[in-house]
Amino acid sequence: MAEKTFAGALNEAIKEEMRADPSIFVMGDSARSGIYGVTGGLHEEFGDDRVLDCPASETAFMGAAVGAAAVGMRPIVSSQCAFMWVAMDQLVNQVAKMKYMFGGQATLPLVYRMGIAYGNSGAAHHTDRPHPLYMNIPGLKIVMPSTPADAKGLFKTAVRDDDPVLFFEDNTLMRVRGEVPDGDYTIPYGVADVKRKGSDVTILAIGGMVSRSLAAAERLEANGISAEVLDPRSLVPLDKGAILQSVAKTGRFVAVDSANKTCSFASEACALVAEEGFWSLKAPVQRVASLMVHPPFSPVLERLVYPTEDRIIEAVNRTLA
Amino acid sequence: MPNAAPGVRALHLEMLRKMLLIRKFDEAAVGLAERREIAGAVHTYIGEEAVAVGACATLHDDDYITGNHRSHGHPIAKGADVNRAMAELFGKRTGYCKGKGGSMHLADFSVGILGESGILASALPVAVGAALASKLRKETKVVIPFFGDGASNEGACHESMNLAAIWKLPVVFVCENNQYAITTSYRATVSAEHIADRAAAYNMPGVVVDGQDVVAMYEATRAAVARARAGLGPSLIEGLTYRYREHAEGMGRMLSQPYRTEAEIEQWKKRDPIPLHKERLLDAGYATPADLVGIEREAEAAIEGALQFARESPEPAPEELFDDLFTNPIPIDRY
Repeated sequence: MAEKTFAGALNEAIKEEMRADPSIFVMGDSARSGIYGVTGGLHEEFGDDRVLDCPASETAFMGAAVGAAAVGMRPIVSSQCAFMWVAMDQLVNQVAKMKYMFGGQATLPLVYRMGIAYGNSGAAHHTDRPHPLYMNIPGLKIVMPSTPADAKGLFKTAVRDDDPVLFFEDNTLMRVRGEVPDGDYTIPYGVADVKRKGSDVTILAIGGMVSRSLAAAERLEANGISAEVLDPRSLVPLDKGAILQSVAKTGRFVAVDSANKTCSFASEACALVAEEGFWSLKAPVQRVASLMVHPPFSPVLERLVYPTEDRIIEAVNRTLA
Repeated sequence: MPNAAPGVRALHLEMLRKMLLIRKFDEAAVGLAERREIAGAVHTYIGEEAVAVGACATLHDDDYITGNHRSHGHPIAKGADVNRAMAELFGKRTGYCKGKGGSMHLADFSVGILGESGILASALPVAVGAALASKLRKETKVVIPFFGDGASNEGACHESMNLAAIWKLPVVFVCENNQYAITTSYRATVSAEHIADRAAAYNMPGVVVDGQDVVAMYEATRAAVARARAGLGPSLIEGLTYRYREHAEGMGRMLSQPYRTEAEIEQWKKRDPIPLHKERLLDAGYATPADLVGIEREAEAAIEGALQFARESPEPAPEELFDDLFTNPIPIDRY
């Protein structure tokens, strides 16, 4: 065990996997210079052929990764969600559909590293949290870790998987430090992690929302309310069983998501609990997600948009009213 | 073909076989669509056969192609099995895509056909990626993406050409300029005189070729493929050709005003690629009239056989609905 940053843990995962498998290569926006440190040092160690700086042609390079994967390579694509929009045709029509539409002929071992940014006055064009959109598209696996240790283990699973994975990296976590196990280990998708045990209410949170939920749970504890904080770690596959089990125990459910509220991950989680866990519920389910407005530049206005500890606590209190 | 090298006769006969196979396949597809024996849209390649056949004749089995919604010609030219292609038109389990793709989306990865894409220019980045893999693995495999004049206006097309050019990837971009994007003339949508002129912007060779002449297509593509295999980068070939039938079967009935004249269609049919090539074979002494009849009969028999295979094949079973969504499937309780 050693303490590492989220970015450092991802960097370690990529390096270890690249050393083990020569068919892995990294391509993307400024991959060689390693913005955020995730791809730092890769070019130095692995050279020109395995770390490619791409032109600002997201359609071409995100699609080229599909072609390379279809013939046996294992590309890791580095980019930011803000730039995914221009490559949507490739992500939806090629990445997600190719295997199914061609009757299984394509095998696509692909990882798209997608940074999600918010809370830094990026304004509407640089502040996207689009993970729920992709949950609506069959054929994609969707991962969003909340700790350095989870990031490393899940990234290794993603790189070794023969299916396309959208690996959402919450940029607010990049410099967060945490204990990371030494050496090689993987964390499977679809296995939720209880980040804090509790008995009165289940708070389901993802990415950067986990630490806010844990902080809210601390404050609730002071008021005698025991909150369980559950992190699904992957949105597709989703550990439905763990969510329903927790709700069966607590009887109350709050889902916290950085995405815009309508059709968010929180919406899907609440639908699941309402559909399959209804008889366990003592109160209506609650979504705490971003308000349905574009993130404004003004720091004063922007901080109103996203879930906060206060909003999480208010939602919990509604379930206890 | 004076002073033809050994093998040239066989090559030229094979190109006729392939063109006839595509023509008969698509004539059968027209009948199936008219009788509504198959579901979905059918886009025929009738009139354009020389482009794919001439280009694919330069490739090896392990080279790659991608294509578009006009999906039958490219795979047959590259060596696809007409039985499995026809079964896919019928949506049968024995089809190339097990009934998941249909007429617009044939693929046969076993002979390098990485799929026909229903979205214009969407397969071009994929083709460039296959070429990138070839270069990174130090192989000499070449990729031909086929696309039309309409797709040449897509951003994906331009990004792909630039990416292939800066990385000197083994791609031969083959644009089938069949004059119309559904009903819109390329003259109204392409800023340059020729689509091939755009190659200059990407610092690669660009040539305009008579796309009705299978040998002209073969020669132009051969030069570009040799360049690509030598590591010298991509090329753009624009084959001038013509779609005899409507964009998709049945679309003629939906047109509120004509976009082309009967005279124009007749003019192009006078240079039909199949009789043109037959004449050349006779002139060169590569075939007798009887040989040509025999080749045509073979193609007809192959398509008859494909129809029978497709009709007799089983429908997919309901439990196959979720098959092939993932390589490592997600358990139903987690999806």
